[in-house]
Parts: sequence; C-alpha cells; structure tokens
Amino acid sequence: MAETVTLVDYGAGNLFSVHNALRAAGAGQITVTAEPSGITTADRIVLPGVGAFGAAMRALSSVPGMIEALNEAVIAKGRPFLGVCVGMQLMAEAGEEHGVTAGLGWLNGRVRQLPVSPELKVPHMGWNDVRPRADHPLIAEGEAYFLHSFAYEGEGVLADTDHGGAVTAAIGRDNMAGVQFHPEKSQRYGLELLSRFLEWRP
Amino acid sequence: MTVRIRVIPCLDVANGRVVKGVNFVDLADAGDPVEQAQAYDAAGADELCFLDITASHEARGTMVDVVRRTAEVCFMPLTVGGGVRSVEDARALLLAGADKVAVNSAAVARPELVGEMADRFGSQCVVASIDARAVDRNRWEIFTHGGRRETGIDAVEHALRLAELGAGELLVTSMDRDGTQGGYDLALTRTIADAVQIPVVASGGVGELEHLVAGVRDGHASAVLAASIFHFGHHTVAEAHAALGAAGFPVRRHD
Repeated sequence: MAETVTLVDYGAGNLFSVHNALRAAGAGQITVTAEPSGITTADRIVLPGVGAFGAAMRALSSVPGMIEALNEAVIAKGRPFLGVCVGMQLMAEAGEEHGVTAGLGWLNGRVRQLPVSPELKVPHMGWNDVRPRADHPLIAEGEAYFLHSFAYEGEGVLADTDHGGAVTAAIGRDNMAGVQFHPEKSQRYGLELLSRFLEWRP
Repeated sequence: MTVRIRVIPCLDVANGRVVKGVNFVDLADAGDPVEQAQAYDAAGADELCFLDITASHEARGTMVDVVRRTAEVCFMPLTVGGGVRSVEDARALLLAGADKVAVNSAAVARPELVGEMADRFGSQCVVASIDARAVDRNRWEIFTHGGRRETGIDAVEHALRLAELGAGELLVTSMDRDGTQGGYDLALTRTIADAVQIPVVASGGVGELEHLVAGVRDGHASAVLAASIFHFGHHTVAEAHAALGAAGFPVRRHD
C-alpha cells in the first residue's frame, strides 16, 4: 500500500490550507484524522495549528488518548513528524501565551512572547528570511511567510529569522521538525519544503 | 534583512465575480476571482485581499465558495473582508481557507466583536478595518457605508480600541483618497501606525509606485494595499517591490 501522510484534525484553522498544500506538494494519499488510532498507524504526521498555544494544547488534549498516540508514533515508532506554526510550538515543554501551558515536551524549550518595542510590530507578520543554522534535509535557506506573536526559545533550533534580533524559524531533532512560518502560505518555498518532508527518511 | 514590506493587491468581489477586473494577463475568465488570484500568486504578490461588496446577505455564501476554490490553488496569505458581522461569519471564511478576516462596520457598531474573534481564532487572523475621513486638521472620523455615513467616532481612538481588543492588524483606508489615485492620506496612516504596536496596512488612493513608497516612508505602514495600478497593468508587483527596495525598504526577491 502506498505511504500516506496523516494530518491531525483537532480543529486548527489552517487544516484545509495545509491539506491543499500537501496535495500540491505531491502527497499521494492524505488522511485527516481526529482519532488516536489514526495517529498510531500513520506513516508520517503533520500537526497544523494557528491561534494561541494554550487553546491549541487544550484542543489536542481534549481528544482522549491523542497525546499518548502522538508520543507513540513520533517518539516510540520514530515516524517523520512536521509541526506547523502553533503545531511547531506545541513540541516545546511549555508555552506562555495566556498563562503557562505544558506542551508535548519533545524539545527542551519554551514559547515566549516576542519582545515589544516602538520600532517592532507584533505580530511578526509577513515574509522573512529562513536562515538555517546547519544542514538539515528539510530546512533550506529562503523566504517564508510568518504570522505569530510568540516564539520558541530553547534547544534544537534548526533555523532562525530576524525580527529585532534572532527569532526561531524552525526546530527539531531526530525524526521530528517544526516550522514557525507557514509553508502552506509560502508559495514555492513552502511547497518545496513540504515535498522534502514527504520524501524524508530520518 | 528583517520582515519584508508587504505589497497587497485587493480585488473587489460582488456575487462571486470580480468587479474591477485584472487585465495585465490573458485570462480565460477575467471575472473569476480564482483566476485573478492565481495571476497574482504567479506575479509574486505578498498577500491577496478579497473585499466582498455583495449587497444582499443571501449571496454571502458565494464568497465562502470563492475562498475555498482560491485556497485550493493559491499558496499565499489571503485576507477576506466585507460584510463580516459575527464570529460565525469569520469562522466560515477561515475554515474555507482565508488566513485573515477583516471586520469593518460590525466593529464600528460593536467593537467587542474584534475581541471575540481574537479569543476564538487568535489575534493573528483578525484585521480591523478603519475607514476614515478627515474632518479637521489632524482629526479623522470613522465613516461607514462606503464613506457616506458619518459616525462621529474619532478614527485614532477607534484604532487604538480595536488594537487593545485584540486585532492583529489594522487596514487603514482614507475614504477621502479612495479611488482618487492621488496617494494615501499619509498623516492618517502615520498617526495610527505610530499609535499602535500592531502592523498597519495603508489603503486608499494609490495611483503610482511613489505612493507605495510614501506609504511606508512617510505613513510608517508595514504593508501597502492597492487595486487599480495592478489590475489595469500600469505596474506589476515586481515593480512595486523594486520601487520599495530602491527606497531602502526590505522586500521579497523575485527570481
């Protein structure tokens, strides 16, 4: 049977856009699932997300067994995983948006508010550089669309961007990666990243 | 470089058809918003804006379908505005594939709507439209119904309130300049941009590339919105980027 990519449906607003972009990036079969059983049997997994960290984590946790299923598929079975925007942020230990909320805890870091200053507009909104810190099979140098007010700080930073200083653009380790920007809204750069994810064999 | 100045073509859509059409490329159906969106996607626009000017409430569902079909083929950020009256209206557009939803008259009548949308979907997808006219030197008021109806509400105070309620971006349109091709109201744009922490999109009055540059340099806008200079082929998005780049502002590359 052909390999499928599984999109986690927990009510994230960009589910449809990510679905479209994966199809345009060449995904043969895309499964959308809101069931833990759909996660544990997945070949590879994409976690979308927009909005606030706390609300997203609560939505994910509200599905009984979903967090355990993600841990089983990504940590125990080593399935390739891509988190997008808030889906990336959830990989952290905790987020500080509207109070501290525990995340999936896959990477040793926290999601904190971007610094505010008179010259710096927040949300960080628009196209900006993706500057890889080292070679990585998914993360290429280029320009991508960012839209966020909180950013990851901690271990496993794969790339950064500049918004009044270095801001995390991508994180990961082993078989997991996450991008703060929106590949589904980053035209060719984003579709090429998704294509590489579909081929990724970490 | 830092975050790029965004160039945003805006299409007026009524009953699912584009009102002021694009004619810079050969399109099989120039009235189809999806075809026009694809043309701007290919032209390297940083974002796209659909403004629904449908008169009847019954035809609103058409816009959701237009957004869905656009999101299937365009992989760029899409803002949709016009006639959004409730959290449910916004939700339908976001689920169809819009990235941001602009609220206008409904947030004049009831600013709390902006807060409700931000709580539900996050500030990042809430654009608050500020349609203003100058009523005195350095004083602007909010006008609704395409600039015909005055409200007496101070535009800068309204902008600050919507930002505090959780808007992620302000779309500031000068109803004095809209359609004139005489350039943005730079004092209006700058007064609001300097007063808020969130990005401001300058809108209303672009007739030449220099107006875009002035919107950023003198209006302190983070993004510039224009319609006719792009639609009628006077200038391309690449030329807009080049003009902004030549003035020293960060813009996207065109390879």
